[in-house]
Amino acid sequence: MTATEPNTESADVDLSRLKWRCRRGMRELDVLLERFLERQYAAASAEIQAAFARLLSLPDPEIFALIMGRQIADDPQLRDVIQRLRHSH
Amino acid sequence: MSGGYEFDDHSYDVVVVGAGGAGLRATVGLAESGLSTACITKVFPTRSHTVAAQGGISAALGNMGEDDWRWHMYDTVKGSDWLGDQDAIEYMCKEAAGAVIELEHYGVPFSRTELGTIYQRPFGGMTTHFGEGIAQRTCAAADRTGHAMLHSLYQQSLKHEATFFIEYFAIDLIMEDGACRGVVALDMATGRVHRFRAHKVILATGGYGRAYFSCTSAHTCTGDGNAMVLRAGLPLQDMEFVQFHPTGIYGAGMLITEGSRGEGGYLTNSDGERFMERYAPNAKDLASRDVVSRAMTLEIREGRGVGDNKDHIFLHLEHLGPEVIDERLPGIAETARIFAGVDITREPIPVLPTVHYNMGGVPTNYHGDVLTRVADDPNVMVPGLMAVGEAACVSVHGANRLGSNSLLDLVIFGRAAARRCADTISKSGQYRPLPADAGSEAIARLERLRNANGSRPTAEIRLEMQRIMQSHAAVFRTGETLREGLEMLSACFDSFSDVNVSDRSLIWNTDLIETLELENLLAQAMATIASALNRKESRGAQAREDYPERDDVNWMKHTLAWVDSSGKVALDYRPVHQETLTDEVEPIPPKARVY
Repeated sequence: MTATEPNTESADVDLSRLKWRCRRGMRELDVLLERFLERQYAAASAEIQAAFARLLSLPDPEIFALIMGRQIADDPQLRDVIQRLRHSH
Repeated sequence: MSGGYEFDDHSYDVVVVGAGGAGLRATVGLAESGLSTACITKVFPTRSHTVAAQGGISAALGNMGEDDWRWHMYDTVKGSDWLGDQDAIEYMCKEAAGAVIELEHYGVPFSRTELGTIYQRPFGGMTTHFGEGIAQRTCAAADRTGHAMLHSLYQQSLKHEATFFIEYFAIDLIMEDGACRGVVALDMATGRVHRFRAHKVILATGGYGRAYFSCTSAHTCTGDGNAMVLRAGLPLQDMEFVQFHPTGIYGAGMLITEGSRGEGGYLTNSDGERFMERYAPNAKDLASRDVVSRAMTLEIREGRGVGDNKDHIFLHLEHLGPEVIDERLPGIAETARIFAGVDITREPIPVLPTVHYNMGGVPTNYHGDVLTRVADDPNVMVPGLMAVGEAACVSVHGANRLGSNSLLDLVIFGRAAARRCADTISKSGQYRPLPADAGSEAIARLERLRNANGSRPTAEIRLEMQRIMQSHAAVFRTGETLREGLEMLSACFDSFSDVNVSDRSLIWNTDLIETLELENLLAQAMATIASALNRKESRGAQAREDYPERDDVNWMKHTLAWVDSSGKVALDYRPVHQETLTDEVEPIPPKARVY
């Protein structure tokens, strides 16, 4: 590998990984997910943070359908995250 | 070993870079044919930008009425404004039906007719009888065609045991004596650098919409393969041809459908004036995309833009009333509220002409082999290197792309590249050794940027580049604006040597990755603006105010642009292939492109 120091701050690494996983195939999702990560994630509860990570594991069209209100999540915490994304502007 | 790095080495018959529609279609074909295949991708395959393609894929199946691939070819040549290569267009349109049926067999759930055949819908520019009637040629899987394709192709690739390297960022090609020998990539999760040796590298890295301030493409669309080609000393082709949509949401990029103006929506400037009445007294806000985009850009340039920076335009729908909006424009109210924070029953939507597609890219023949020009020979093959999809310029789209031809392009040329590899690569399992210093330049690039300690944050330089491209190399182009833009962009390019990367780690260092991407975008932006300045005519998506006519005598040729490490652009040309591939169809002679 390398002569460099590995990033030992695991929380920073987690956040960076999460940031990369906000990179999606649809610009709509890039914009909303990154905005949430930058403005709301740090202050959110552990439950909401976990729900956000669950959301990122879904396929793009499904996330988009949830955000546009064409589909409703069963998971109440996920619904909470979706509401925050919808009203993040 | 190189500068403290130890490579993880791999050998494959073929390495595909990119896992969108083109990369995955190539990967499936390669793996099916028994070639050992690796696919490297910076994002998870089903999160590639192809997922955003909802419209569909064109093929003259004739399920909904008469159709013929020759009519599709005519439409495509005309759409390209006669800059497309007719041999490649013939190949694409003729192969389309078989390739779509294959997709169906791979599991893409196309929407069906009552008879159980694939349902096909009409799409702009698609005609029958050489422009006479309206063709129903576009196949779709509901509104998830792109996603369905990615999903099916990824499953097929896994079934045939292709190996995926996911969340690996490709840094550079390994070149030896003008031939491509492999590619170097960073595993973002571990920070380890991998060296892939291969008989062929296939670039399927997509477009570079993010060179502009307003684009519909995802953040991941930074044209990394295009830039790797430039750094390998090879040219890009027809980079001046960039497709715009007039009404993307300001600052966000998502499109507001043209149907909104069809239903009575109109545009205003900072004086509140309905300015389209001046530019198109009859059609007004219903004028064609090109006309509307140009008018909007002119209003902004002349100081009549809206907003704090006076850099966008308002689209009004509030007069239509909530009932009409709900009934005829479903989804628009939601889109505007969520992405622009606008209640369209009360206030206008801020909009801006927005980049939608890059016709230019890596020059190839219809097999996917990368070409360059050496002295008098415009068709010199680059051994070991292929390109497919939006990254490539085959060229089937020429100066402008028709809707539903991009998914077709991905599938046809991804498949063609795999076939080419199956025909030409012997599965001996033997690989020539790499040169001792292979990959050292990629490491040097990585180290230079990882330790970049200048004064300008990546995001600042990127925004400056995007604003220059938007204001000087978008829809409104004159020699003066382009020259001024080229100067500004050169200064911006130079300032990259003063970039600052704050994170020195190699693991999930998104700052570093975005800086590598920015360097890629800057080189492509230079190629784009220099090519646009050089082409003294209007054709397809390039509209020059100072040269308003198409000039077939002097400009029916492809631009080639080389960009060196200092940002200096060198230009040359390749002829357009006006001859067809076979005698099954006559060449389509140039005429005025009128719809």
